[in-house]
Amino acid sequence: MPEMNTSSLPDLIFSILFFFMMVTTMREVTLKVKFTVPAGTELEKLEKKSAVSFIYVGPPTDNLRAQMGSGTRIQLNDRYAEPREVMDFVAAERKGMKNQAEQVISIKADQKTQMGYITDIKEVLRKSWALRINYSATRRN
Amino acid sequence: MAKKKKKVPGLNGSSMADISFTLLIFFLITTSMDTDMGLARRLPRPPEPDQEDVMTDIKSRNILYVRINAAGELWVKDEISSGQAQLGDLRERVKEFVKNENDLSKLPEKHVKEIDLLGRCYVTDKHIISVQTDRGTPYNAYFQVQNELVAAYNELRNELAKQKFGREFQYLKDDEKAAVRAYYPQQISEAEPKKYGGQQ
Repeated sequence: MPEMNTSSLPDLIFSILFFFMMVTTMREVTLKVKFTVPAGTELEKLEKKSAVSFIYVGPPTDNLRAQMGSGTRIQLNDRYAEPREVMDFVAAERKGMKNQAEQVISIKADQKTQMGYITDIKEVLRKSWALRINYSATRRN
Repeated sequence: MAKKKKKVPGLNGSSMADISFTLLIFFLITTSMDTDMGLARRLPRPPEPDQEDVMTDIKSRNILYVRINAAGELWVKDEISSGQAQLGDLRERVKEFVKNENDLSKLPEKHVKEIDLLGRCYVTDKHIISVQTDRGTPYNAYFQVQNELVAAYNELRNELAKQKFGREFQYLKDDEKAAVRAYYPQQISEAEPKKYGGQQ
């Protein structure tokens, strides 16, 4: 019985690899806060990935809790920040964008966060003219 | 003596598949497939320094208050009734309020508005839904309320789209969508959070 020719197998796998590289996104930041986003029904997809900036809100992750406590923190890029620093963050993110008018800020906040933090962030976002926001969520039925 | 032609041995490529598999698995682990989803909202423009509080000169029949306290409980008020409400009832309440089907005097006033494709319509475009939160309100409660409000608008728009164009809102053409949006504009106002009741 002739052996099956497997010389095209690497090419095959490579194509799968490239497919995955295209459709997925690298995790760009290491999360320093822990969060479970709420679940909703009326969700929309974030279309233009390049125009999206993320703000993470939640308590510090388990390994950081010893130093940072368990109060709610806001994470911008790779570090904890105060609400007023959101303005600089938005400006810096906007600078690197091609389509600045389409900038969307996605707020990934833990379900149990108190609204005070969210409202503070929203106020700063308003002041920095980043008016399109997105409350990150998972789909439920 | 004829020199024998030396043949260069071919590179053994059988491990190529393994290498590419390893790469594939590496990418599978480090990347995230999940598409980010969320509730899209638009914030109001920042207030002008000399801007007055516009909420004061809006007729009370045009405002539906939705308040969420620090315990996540809802309190809904319009001209017809006020009191505690359940999240499950909010959607119908909002639909009724925005629609004002029978032109009741206690629900938002209707205006004649010329809309492309739809012609002259009586719409409640002056209505406002005011969402108020406490600083201690859990984010999830707020999110669920926002979700219900958007759901109410989406259902209304869907109803209108089916009635006028025979299709669901998401399948409409852009100009048809704009017409339906003009008929049911989303007017959700978020007041500064009050510190009534509850701990900070």
